[in-house]
Amino acid sequence: MMVDPYYRHVGRPEIRVDARDKVTGRALYVHDLELPGMLYARVLHSPHAHAEIVSIDKSAAEALPGVKAVLTGQELPYLLGLYMIDKPILARRKVRYQGESVAAVAAVDERTAEKALSLIRVEYRPLPAVLSVDEALEARVLVHEDINELDYVKGVFFPGPDSNIASWNRTIKGDLRKGFAAADLVVENELTLPQVAHVPLETHVAIAQADPYTDRVTIWTSTQSPFAVRNLVARAFGVSRRDITVMVPYVGGGFGGKAGIHLEPLAMVLSRACKGRPVKVQATREEEFNQLPVRAGMRGRVKTGVTKDGKITAMEIYFDWDGGAYADYGVNVGRAATYSGAGPYEIPNIELHSRTLYTNKVYSTAYRGFGHLETHWIVERQMDLVAQRLGMDPYEFRMKNILRDGSITISGERINAWSGRVDHCLEAVAREIGWTGYRSEAERQAAFQTGKARGKGIACLHKAPAMPTNTATAAIMQLDEEGNVRVLLGAVDMGQGVYTIMGQVAAEILDMPLEKVKVICESNTDANPYDWQTVASKYAFMGGNAVIRCAEDLLRQLKEVASRALHCPVEELTHGEEKIYHIQHRDKALTYRQLALGYAFGNGNAIGGPIIAHGHYIAEGLTNLDADGQGLPALDWTYGAHGVEIEIDVETGEIRVLKMASAFDVGKALNRKLCEGQIIGGAVQGLGSALVEGYKFTPDGRLLNPSFTDNKIPTAKDIPDQIVPILVENPQVDGPFGARGLGEHPMISVPSVVANAVYDALGINFYELPLSPERVALAIARHSDPANAGCNDPSNASAGRDNPDASGRHAASPRGETA
Amino acid sequence: MREMESRMFEMESTAPRVQLNCIVNGEAVSAMVDPAMTLLNFLRKELKLFGTKEGCGEGECGACTVIMNGLAVNSCLVLAVEAGGARITTVEGLGAGGDLSILQREFMKHDALQCGFCTPGMLMSARALLDRNPDPTMEEVKEAIAGNLCRCTGYVPIVEAVLSAARLEREAGRS
Ligand code: FES
Ligand code: FES
Repeated sequence: MMVDPYYRHVGRPEIRVDARDKVTGRALYVHDLELPGMLYARVLHSPHAHAEIVSIDKSAAEALPGVKAVLTGQELPYLLGLYMIDKPILARRKVRYQGESVAAVAAVDERTAEKALSLIRVEYRPLPAVLSVDEALEARVLVHEDINELDYVKGVFFPGPDSNIASWNRTIKGDLRKGFAAADLVVENELTLPQVAHVPLETHVAIAQADPYTDRVTIWTSTQSPFAVRNLVARAFGVSRRDITVMVPYVGGGFGGKAGIHLEPLAMVLSRACKGRPVKVQATREEEFNQLPVRAGMRGRVKTGVTKDGKITAMEIYFDWDGGAYADYGVNVGRAATYSGAGPYEIPNIELHSRTLYTNKVYSTAYRGFGHLETHWIVERQMDLVAQRLGMDPYEFRMKNILRDGSITISGERINAWSGRVDHCLEAVAREIGWTGYRSEAERQAAFQTGKARGKGIACLHKAPAMPTNTATAAIMQLDEEGNVRVLLGAVDMGQGVYTIMGQVAAEILDMPLEKVKVICESNTDANPYDWQTVASKYAFMGGNAVIRCAEDLLRQLKEVASRALHCPVEELTHGEEKIYHIQHRDKALTYRQLALGYAFGNGNAIGGPIIAHGHYIAEGLTNLDADGQGLPALDWTYGAHGVEIEIDVETGEIRVLKMASAFDVGKALNRKLCEGQIIGGAVQGLGSALVEGYKFTPDGRLLNPSFTDNKIPTAKDIPDQIVPILVENPQVDGPFGARGLGEHPMISVPSVVANAVYDALGINFYELPLSPERVALAIARHSDPANAGCNDPSNASAGRDNPDASGRHAASPRGETA
Repeated sequence: MREMESRMFEMESTAPRVQLNCIVNGEAVSAMVDPAMTLLNFLRKELKLFGTKEGCGEGECGACTVIMNGLAVNSCLVLAVEAGGARITTVEGLGAGGDLSILQREFMKHDALQCGFCTPGMLMSARALLDRNPDPTMEEVKEAIAGNLCRCTGYVPIVEAVLSAARLEREAGRS
């Protein structure tokens, strides 16, 4: 593995600090925690997608020995929400999705709690349900009948009165009409993708212990967001943040699904109802699929105008998110799409509408990529579809429009020489897979005859963190009497490796052995410094900068004491090898250890004191988006590209990925091995979305596949024959050692690149996910039927139609549509 | 009054109990268990061996994998009483005398874990494979861990770690 000779620690493929605990079974997760007197909760769920709760009789459940509390929404007059305050802890008056929590029991053990659930009688009056984006837009039925009264973050989100629109965010730049008028060809398409589950191997779980005499509560939870949990619990219950302690041990996977707040409030009210005994609420796998939030489904309609020589003149995009019953992070996913939803290209004239819609389905939240896998499914397919219409190599078409130094993004930001290079990423993957353009129809036919069709594809991506403009984080360091450094962070390590990387950054600045830097692998909001939350692929960047500043503060304090001890000016001191020494007379030196707790002269006089340093980082220079989606929302852009070669069994429709090359401009890899781990893991997770995963609902809105039996994720047998992670390193000047975020990006554009390769292999375009064997085989059968010769996948025959939008207005005529 | 009743309830158990004798990580264990209790719950709740995880409770994820009489089993699908007389190894039994095993070390070296929640089960499936087949092919490794879901790593480093451990164990065996 290549290692930068310039750095002692940064970039090196160090073993993660938590590895030993995790291979010995000593790593404890909230799943494993038991507290004295702990009670176990179980939850009753709605069998209906949309229904009025007529009555609930819980008396028999309460009478069951061993049951300590039975709660329903009636006793819990709280509304929660991140951006739209719309969600009760337990359903009140009505249920809005099948799977919604209706009642909860706390009992001495799970079996008793389970039994108590069966004794609760709920009478429902079913209501017509909103089960598609079209039904949501029609607004004949409202998911939130009280939408006009809901509280929300104003100026950032835009709910529609008397509608199912939780937020309608838009970007308007340039002159759309002029842009389309300047086009030689206009290509219009519609693509969709279903809801997908995060599937952390540790399901959501929280334990709360609420002091019955005060407002104090301690919450142990499997979360990415200890400080956001503190904040949201305080807000929901009207208690002080002082009284809330959130503890996070090891977390068994998050992927965005454990950001924000989930089971914590329920655990808290149950503990209160049980006179302060700790109550553990742990989701079953079925609840993980069916009660807890998912990645939204989405329909994208996209229209692109291009000149003959392949310059994009205009784009019009409608993203309609099937957001489920509550807004949660869904509305912010929709908002993020407004500044990145057209892909990493320069689009002079654009109108982009992103509507997060309420439907009567399990609600949506953040999921690794924060909407970008979905938006890139639309736009990176569209890039290929337009290239096909132009008769142009999709590589060349992308390169003609790709963001470069001096380009202006769709939110009006100027890209500069230090923003990273998406063209380098695309070049790298194209080279790696040997991309030479689409194969010819004759080549396709020849391969088809062998029973195995082969194809290659490419796709690009970009993403910046979606976060408030004033997002902040901090780090604390303390020295002990041996000169070890303890580092306290606000971040949560759910496997992405942040503790390891931050240890490397600290050891680099302090110039000391990694073994002497101890990053505390547990989060406690009473002890750790503040961090907004561990989301958005922003921690390596922000936390890295905070740790650098913290280490510099530590050195400054050491030098201050050393300057008095050594009788020389601070300016003449430097550091290295765990020592502070004089720049000229190097034997005039004191070790960190000698200075750690204060320095004592020979006569006993002492100076200094225990060294504690801090560093913080706040995003600077970002601005809120205006009503037209213009502003500076991006702390850093990470660009990337994928290239794949696939083989399709033309009988079964099964797609096998022979090779996948994935390149990201990470600026600087802080730990090459961990970066590659993120890429490989993310690529395979993306293949899940591409090939197998997706929610299926009955016509009345019940989830058909709430288990691993029917909702599969990739296994070891489904991985590509070869995955080549490529780290491009064009430094981000204000990043730590030049680094940018990487956690989410590897998943983005994976479905797009696979579908692009499927076209290359078969000459068939797909517009829906997943690309399951059934879907592919069916399309092949129809395609080879001479009656359909020349048609695209007929199961997607609606794609490319001239689609009226919500207001009934017709988009400009589709001169080059594909159907 | 009611509080007292339910406290008594907590103290006495409603379920009948049966005798279970088995060997867990080399130690003889003898306990009275609820006949409906799973082996997974016996290990975690009774023996407090929390290394073995539960990811689904339905035999679909492999997080609960332990080795029973030489075979990798989903302990959430096995009743504790079925383990009567059996030899069981959990992740806590993998290391020898305070030292990590080769397999554990290779998992660390190849970064075959991220969140680590699937790791104990992965290790046990891999251990069972190497015990019966010290020289597996890549396909055999994939097959052996196909019942163990991992959402983080993309499996590639896990497969590499197992193959590398197999090689090192063979070398260690020869010397
Ligand atoms: S917990 Fe046993 S297989 Fe999932
Ligand atoms: S390491 Fe997280 S599930 Fe495997």
